[in-house]
Amino acid sequence: MGFFEKIGLYLIKLFNNVKDFAVFLWECCRWMFIPPYRFGQIADHTERIGLQSIMIVAISTFTTGMILALQLVNIMRIFRAEIYAGAAVAMAMSRELAPVITAFVLVAKNGSSMTAEIGSMKVTEQIDAMETMAVSPLRYLVVPRIFASIFTFPALTAIANVVGVYGGYFISTKIMQVNAEAYLHMMYFLVDPDDIWTGLVKAVVFGFLVTVICCYHGLRTSGGAKGLGRRTTAAVVQSTITVLIADYFLTYFFINFCGM
Amino acid sequence: MDNEIIKVCGVWKSFGTHEVLRGVDLSVPEGRITTIIGKSGTGKSVLLKNIIGILKPDRGEIFFEGRDLTKMKNQELLELRRSMGYLFQDAALFDFMSVEENICFPLVEQLGLRDGGELRRRVARLLELVELPGIEKKYPSELSGGMRKRVGLARAIAVEPRIVLFDEPTTGLDPILAESIDQLIIRVNRELGMTCIVISHDIASIFSFTDRLALLYDGVIEFDGTPEEAKRSDHEILRQFISNSFRQIDSER
Ligand SMILES: Nc1ncnc2c1ncn2[C@@H]1O[C@H](COP(=O)(O)OP(=O)(O)OP(=O)(O)O)[C@@H](O)[C@H]1O
Ligand SMILES: [Mg+2]
Repeated sequence: MGFFEKIGLYLIKLFNNVKDFAVFLWECCRWMFIPPYRFGQIADHTERIGLQSIMIVAISTFTTGMILALQLVNIMRIFRAEIYAGAAVAMAMSRELAPVITAFVLVAKNGSSMTAEIGSMKVTEQIDAMETMAVSPLRYLVVPRIFASIFTFPALTAIANVVGVYGGYFISTKIMQVNAEAYLHMMYFLVDPDDIWTGLVKAVVFGFLVTVICCYHGLRTSGGAKGLGRRTTAAVVQSTITVLIADYFLTYFFINFCGM
Repeated sequence: MDNEIIKVCGVWKSFGTHEVLRGVDLSVPEGRITTIIGKSGTGKSVLLKNIIGILKPDRGEIFFEGRDLTKMKNQELLELRRSMGYLFQDAALFDFMSVEENICFPLVEQLGLRDGGELRRRVARLLELVELPGIEKKYPSELSGGMRKRVGLARAIAVEPRIVLFDEPTTGLDPILAESIDQLIIRVNRELGMTCIVISHDIASIFSFTDRLALLYDGVIEFDGTPEEAKRSDHEILRQFISNSFRQIDSER
């Protein structure tokens, strides 16, 4: 086979995959608005994605807040501006780091297991069995997970905000000896509710995208254990990249169209 | 002539370059037991999956009461599946659910039953039928292969669909249990009037109760007729199938 034929075949395959995913995305959106909703399942997944992730999200963002404060106080000291570090930490946390790090943690912890669970059901014909019993796997397995993610991603992001800011505060005032009162005062003065809102909206979008991507790969799994491994890797890689790309566009949108 | 409830017309199905079905024609009479036999790996399971619509044929049509299944939208297909039950070759039980939840699944999702007591009664009766009473709380991973298959069978007939497709219901069971599963199939057919399509390698015992016999060979239905016709037929491959399975029995005696 010639070089150009190979490229051609690759492009055709790529196009088909994109089309397949687009159809899947559309179906997910459609089913999300069709009751009845499976509240039991939603609660179940909310617990698994949400409650069981609080600790790891908290540890990750507390550390992030500490590191950020360490760097910022150190740099801002040069300009004798270390009391602004609190505001800087809070803004960076709420606008970017809390939603993105929360999303990364959840991709690694729950996104991968979504793919693995659904994928193993697929290779053992359980998905087919579900279809033979007139139940749409999309509706039964995917939609509850999407709703659970839409609730838990922002909720965990909110927790991440608080914990991260506290991590920064702790390091700045207790270790780096910044004046606590001034630090907090500048933080309250400069941080805007908009900073927090944009972060939470981002978290909702990330939750949706991550879940759709991970479930998609699960449902398209074929070829036994090896295929399942490949799909899980693909799901994690693509979710991570998608979160960053979506983050860029959302930030661009908020800054240019909402003045936030 | 009986009403044909399912009619398969010239169905082709291939995976990559591997042509599995190459123009299958088959008609299934309503309220009867139709058995499909054939070598391992000839595509019997694939044919059944095409009939229930999990796989789509590359070419050809499949009619369910005159309506072409292959041209239906997803929603219509889901509706239609309410009148079909399917026993998977590997049972395909939901492994995150207990036996009870597995059997309740079609009852809740298809019949909309919600009453706990009623559900429990039905599950208990179905488990009784497949001779596995009292295993409601067990999980599929705790069951043997034969037990899983029987739970799958209970799940397939739970909603008393009009057609049940059994993919090797007795493979992997001991002869006594196999006999009682055969009896169960006869019962759901005779008493509840379900149309049964059975894939089986156990030709000797199938002969005693099947109404029709179809031989899938090399991607096409080579023979389709009553067991008597099959016995009288001088079709080469069919003869081999039949004589081999009976010789096995003779030598076991
Ligand atoms: N999803 C699939 N992808 C690729 N090839 C498949 C798939 N399903 C089945 N095949 C191929 O189709 C052929 C027929 O498979 P099938 O499972 O229908 O056999 P069978 O007649 O049911 O055999 P057995 O009696 O052993 O169950 C096999 O050669 C198999 O490799
Ligand atoms: Mg098979």
